[in-house]
Amino acid sequence: MTEVVATNETILVVGGGISGMTAALEAAETGKKVVLVEKLPYLGGRVSQLYKYFPKLCHPTCGLEINQRRAKMNPNLTILTMAEVTNIEGEAGAYTATVKLSPRHVNDNCTACGECAKVVETEFDDEYNYGMSKRKGAYLPHVMAHPMQYVIDPRIVGTDEGQKAKDACKYNAVDLDMQETEIKFPAGAVIWATGWQPYDAAKIQPYGYDRYDNVITNVEFERMADPKGPTGGKIVRPSDGKEAKNVAFIQCAGSRDRNHLYHCSRICCMASLKQTHYVVDAYEDAKVTIYYIDIRAIDRFEDFYATVQAMDNVTFTKSKVANIKADKDGNPVCYGVDTEGYHRYENAHDLVVLATGMEPSVAKGDFPVDIVINREGFIEADAANGGVFAAGSASDALDVNRAVQHATGAALKAIQVVNRVAGAEA
Amino acid sequence: MSDMNTAMIEKYRNSFLSEVEANVEEGEWVKMCMQCGVCAGSCPLGNAWEHTPQKIFMMIRAGKRDEVLTSDSMWMCTSCYNCIVRCPRELPITHIMHGLAHYAKRLGIAPKEQPTAKFAQLFWDNLMKKGRVNELKLGVDLYFKVGEGMKTAMKNKDIGLAMWKAKRLNPMEFFGGHSIKDVSGLHKIIAKAQELEEARIAKHGG
Repeated sequence: MTEVVATNETILVVGGGISGMTAALEAAETGKKVVLVEKLPYLGGRVSQLYKYFPKLCHPTCGLEINQRRAKMNPNLTILTMAEVTNIEGEAGAYTATVKLSPRHVNDNCTACGECAKVVETEFDDEYNYGMSKRKGAYLPHVMAHPMQYVIDPRIVGTDEGQKAKDACKYNAVDLDMQETEIKFPAGAVIWATGWQPYDAAKIQPYGYDRYDNVITNVEFERMADPKGPTGGKIVRPSDGKEAKNVAFIQCAGSRDRNHLYHCSRICCMASLKQTHYVVDAYEDAKVTIYYIDIRAIDRFEDFYATVQAMDNVTFTKSKVANIKADKDGNPVCYGVDTEGYHRYENAHDLVVLATGMEPSVAKGDFPVDIVINREGFIEADAANGGVFAAGSASDALDVNRAVQHATGAALKAIQVVNRVAGAEA
Repeated sequence: MSDMNTAMIEKYRNSFLSEVEANVEEGEWVKMCMQCGVCAGSCPLGNAWEHTPQKIFMMIRAGKRDEVLTSDSMWMCTSCYNCIVRCPRELPITHIMHGLAHYAKRLGIAPKEQPTAKFAQLFWDNLMKKGRVNELKLGVDLYFKVGEGMKTAMKNKDIGLAMWKAKRLNPMEFFGGHSIKDVSGLHKIIAKAQELEEARIAKHGG
C-alpha cells in the first residue's frame, strides 16, 4: 500500500514529463513538499522518446539524467508512477486529490537485473516506440527509465508467463497479487502538466497514413533515428526495410487547419529541420524535400533554418501537399501545386514524414477538475482556475525550452498559494 | 501627408480586392487565403485551369482585374467541393469561383466562347420556359451550340435509343414538353429575385 504524506501545503504535480518534472523539482528545491503523479511507469514523457533536441542537436537523455538525479536527491519529492488523478475537489489552499494507482507487479526490491524479461516470451507492441517494435511482457520501458524498475504487463498476470517471471526473480521483486488501489490526499495547489500527444495522422485522410506503410509521422521518425530505437538508428522504409534516402517532410500535417487543429503547433518546423539533419548525416546521397506553407523557425532558430537551407541536397517546396498516393513500388507520391510559380508537381519519395502537430493529451471533457479550457483544448491562465496552474504543453504548443520556462513559472505560482496557506505570504 | 505620398498610396491601393469583396458572392473570404495550394492540388480538373484557385486569389489581391475577370479558369469549376472540404481555412472556394464567373458575366467581360458559360445559359433559358428542364431539348441544343451538331448527335444516337427503350427519354417532349403547374408564378418569383439582385448591385455601384 502506497502511503502519501501530504498536507494543504503540499503541491500536487500532475504529469511527469519534462514540464512536470521541472515544476516538481523547482518547487521541491525551495523546500516545498511535492507529490508528482505520472500515468506511465517512468518519468520523462515525450522528451525521453526524442533522439536529439534542436537547436544544439544534443541528446535529451543528458538533460533527463540531470533531472532524474535531482529527483533522487530530493527528500521533499514523492513520485507516483502508473498513477492517474481521477478527481480533484476543493479550492485553492484546500484541495483533495483522488489518485488511481495501477499495479506495476514489481516492487522496490527490483534491481533491474532483467532476469524476468529473459524468461518471458510473450510480446506486445512497444508503446515507447509507438508500436514500431515489440517488447516482452516483462520489460524495462526504456534504458533510462526512472524509476529504474521493470514492469510486468497486466496481460501476462495470471498466466504461466507471469509465474515464470516471478520464479526467475532472485530478489522477490515480482508481486503478481498487486491490485489497483485508490488513494486520497490533500494538496494546496495543483500544477497541471499533462502535456501533449501527436495529432492522429490517420484523420488527415488525403495523406493515407492509415493506407501506406511508407507514410509515417515525425514522432515515429524520431524513434527510427535513435540507435536504441526499433531500427537500431537506421532510416529505412517500413514497407520493405530498404534505405530511405529520398525523404519528404510535410509541414502543417493537421496544424493550422480548421478541419483538424486550429493552432500552429510551433515545434514541427524545427523538428523537420532537425530531422533533415538525421537524413543528411545518415546518407551521403540523401535527398530531402520539405513541403511547407511558411517555415516558422521561431526566435533565435532562424540560424538553424539558414543552415538547412544552404544544404545542396535539401529542397524547400512552398506548397501544402494536396494528397499522397503510392505507386506500384510502394513509393509514396506527393501531388500538389506550388505557390512559387504555381507549378503542378508529382514527386515520388522513398519515405514521407508527416510533421504532425501537438494536441493536448487530455481531451476537453476529461479534466477531473474545473478548469478553463480554450478552443484548442489547452488550459487558459484564468483566475477561475484557483490554485490549479498549467505547466508546459498543457497550456499551449511549446518546445522543450519554452515548456521548461513555463513550468518554472507555474511552480512559482503554486508556491505562492501554499505560502498563503502557511501564512508566510499575504 | 505630402502629395507624393498620397499619389503612391493611390498607386498601390488595391481597389480590385474591395470590388470583389463588394460584388462577388463570398468575395470577403479572398483575403483569408494563406496560399497553401491544397485547393489547386485537390481539384480533379486542376490541369484544365490556366490559373488555379489560390493563384486567382493572389491575382485578386495583386489587383489584376482584367486577367482575372476575362479568364476562363473559374468557369472550369464542376462544383465537386473537394477544395472546400480540404481548405485549411474553410474558404468557400467553389462559391467564390462561381461568384467570380457570375460577376464577369454580369460585366459582360466573361469569355464568349467558353463551353461551360454557354451551357449555363442554355440550361437557364431551357429551365425558364416551362419551369422544368427539358432534357431532350437541352441535349439537342448542346449538340448544335456547343458540340459539332449532327455529328455529335449521331455519335450519341445509341445512348438516346437505349434511353427511349428504357422510357427515360420521350421523343414527344420535343414538341412543347410538359411544364410545372404555375409557370407564370415561377416567372414572378424570378422577376422579384432579379429586382432584389439589381438593387443589391446598385447599392455597391457595381
